[in-house]
Amino acid sequence: MVEGLQGRLGAYGRLTIAQVRSQAQYRVSFVMDVVASAAFALLDILSVLVLFLVTPSLGGFAPAEVLLVAGLAMVGFSTADLVTGNVERLRHYVRTGLLDAVLIRPLGVLPQLLAIDFAPRRLGRVAQSLLLLVIALSVVDVSWTPQRVLTAVLAPVVGTVFFGSLFVAGATVAFWWIESGEVANAFTYGGRDFTVYPVTIYAGWFRGLFAYGLGFAFVAYYPALVLLDRPDPLGAPEFVRWLGPVVAAVAAGLAWLAWRAGVRHYRSTGS
Amino acid sequence: MAPRTFLALAGAGFRRWSTYRQATIAAAFTNTVFGFLRTYVLLAAAAGAGGVAAGYDGPMLVAFVWLGQGLIGVVMLFGDSDLASRVRTGEVTADLLRPVDPLWSYLAADLGRAAHAMLTRFGLPVLTGAIVFDMFAPRHAGSYPLFAASVLAAVVVSFSFRYLTNLSAFWLLDHRGVANAWLLGSTLLSGLVFPIRFLPDWAQLTLWLATPFPAMAQAPLDVFVEYGGVSGQLLAIGNQLMWAAAGLALCRLAQRRALRRLVIQGG
Repeated sequence: MVEGLQGRLGAYGRLTIAQVRSQAQYRVSFVMDVVASAAFALLDILSVLVLFLVTPSLGGFAPAEVLLVAGLAMVGFSTADLVTGNVERLRHYVRTGLLDAVLIRPLGVLPQLLAIDFAPRRLGRVAQSLLLLVIALSVVDVSWTPQRVLTAVLAPVVGTVFFGSLFVAGATVAFWWIESGEVANAFTYGGRDFTVYPVTIYAGWFRGLFAYGLGFAFVAYYPALVLLDRPDPLGAPEFVRWLGPVVAAVAAGLAWLAWRAGVRHYRSTGS
Repeated sequence: MAPRTFLALAGAGFRRWSTYRQATIAAAFTNTVFGFLRTYVLLAAAAGAGGVAAGYDGPMLVAFVWLGQGLIGVVMLFGDSDLASRVRTGEVTADLLRPVDPLWSYLAADLGRAAHAMLTRFGLPVLTGAIVFDMFAPRHAGSYPLFAASVLAAVVVSFSFRYLTNLSAFWLLDHRGVANAWLLGSTLLSGLVFPIRFLPDWAQLTLWLATPFPAMAQAPLDVFVEYGGVSGQLLAIGNQLMWAAAGLALCRLAQRRALRRLVIQGG
């Protein structure tokens, strides 16, 4: 059993390495890819900071506080993107029938897909968002307690699991609707953009849907409130800010169910 | 190229895209979700700034965001890789065998595509924004034809620089890196994510004069919200015409050099 697991992990590892090497073959393009990816992360942050050129606060939060929310959101998102982001290529595999080749191998379908499209350039993005989080944490001057240390460590993990589940669940749409195109992006990248800002800037049913219905408020906003030692301007009870791990676990469970149903539903594309 | 050929190719571009019905709906839906996100962000910025941010009030920002979301598909801000993949596979030879310059035939097809997107991808987000939020409507009737002209110019600018990034495949084969670098500018520096007038003067000026990005989104959006009055509108369109001319000239130059070093891949 252990030997089988080791063999399988070895196979995933070799698939990943093969992918990295094949990408590095086109050297100029690869270097530009890495540079663009790093620049993207930087500009993501700049697109938040640029708002403070015209306003001193956003939704009642000071620049450094927004930066903390953004840092928590981006660490979770970029790590999930590194590990599971390429699953969005699933619709390409379903459309062309290439998924058949993946299905007949004696390995898990999801880990194989993650390995064969692994994009190492995304590592730069993870590093940059971690740096942003560290900077934000030092600027807002957190008075550290065991609870807050736990929050600072757990929140990125919660974010990774949560966004990873979204990537997987979003990709499974392709099993039923091949032409779904960018619909999943509305919730993965859209969710990232939502999470980067304090929930207080949104209003009405849109806030209700994204913050609580889909759970994005628990990724960065509530952990940030814990770290900042601020009451929730929206008046949610105290325990709500600790619900992150529960929300992430539920999301992972739902994504797993959706994936299993999708693979079972898959009937190839013929011809 | 004869106008009749150009129109026929544009018509074919229109019809090609009208067959991707589900993908069109999916994309318009995504643009709409992002419209809500960007609206709340920019309205929060304006609220923090006391109601007006860099000369834009609430309704102007709403129009800016939703028309911007509508234009993503029309201007094709996120880029495309049709030509690059044809270069990589060698299929580009079929384009070169035809008796029309591929630059003009691709432009015709792209204008047809943009016309289709204007009828579909533009409508849903703009309608949603206008219904849900208080959206700015132009005060002068002349702003509508100016906006139409500005969108057309934006499509030509975007087309020429997309064509250029695709031509890079003649040298690099894998043009993903160039495409990503392009995406960076076309989304974050074009006015799509935030009006570039939020930036300091020197940064704005650099973007307008040294990059084609504002000509693809900021310009038509400013024309619609009548930023800077008629003179502002004409200045924006003038900038677009400059970039359209520069872009097409660069395409011709790059294409001539690319064809000289063409190696057909595959067998």
